[in-house]
Amino acid sequence: MVKLVYFAWVRERMGMAEEMVELPASVVTIADLALWLAGRDEGAALAFANPEVVRAAIDKHHVSPQTPVKGAREIAFFPPMTGG
Amino acid sequence: MAGPVTRHIGVQAAPFDLAVEVEKLTKGRTDIGAVVSFTGLCRDEAGQLSALELEHYPGMAEDEMARVVDEAEQRWPLQAVGVIHRFGLIRPGEVIVLVVTASAHRVAAFEAASFLMDYLKTRAPFWKKEHLADGSSGSWVEAKAHDDLAAERWSAAQAFSKG
Repeated sequence: MVKLVYFAWVRERMGMAEEMVELPASVVTIADLALWLAGRDEGAALAFANPEVVRAAIDKHHVSPQTPVKGAREIAFFPPMTGG
Repeated sequence: MAGPVTRHIGVQAAPFDLAVEVEKLTKGRTDIGAVVSFTGLCRDEAGQLSALELEHYPGMAEDEMARVVDEAEQRWPLQAVGVIHRFGLIRPGEVIVLVVTASAHRVAAFEAASFLMDYLKTRAPFWKKEHLADGSSGSWVEAKAHDDLAAERWSAAQAFSKG
């Protein structure tokens, strides 16, 4: 099981702040995970409508879409940051 | 020889006081020659904003700010660094973010403060949502391409010499 956490408009479109999921074997990278999530329902499809826009972090470190998800405890998806 | 680097990283709902934060970083030290600070405020351009809601990723926000400070300390001979970012509802005119850098000389302090702000904007996990004066919830603030460009220029820039 891995914990998924969502922030800002990704959280709103997913309709939840976090969830625990069992990843299928087909999900190897962050990009695979985004594609798999997008196929679940309308909200998720909207959240990942432009997958290249959504950023990700594994265990609180920024990662690229090509990063493997194996061994991750917590994976976050969020829009480009707008702090400061 | 340079003394230890004093650092303070804060992610908080409460406002901060610039003078207090500078005092925390410089108190009792006689080797600091320059202190530069940047304060970011909540801005209302069109008179329609009631507040900004700052969402953050607890844990990663602090970690990422620390990593950005680590990088600044590697690039410039800093003696003290303070970074504070607020979250929650912030009204126009209120403070949002603070960067304080201290060094023996001004160039390192100026450059490091600018670097820290550019990197915080593109790497620290914070997001702004607008709340409008008419009571409606506005949109999420969109990331700006010029912020990415501002951060990227440091990749190419020659860092101030530590010599």
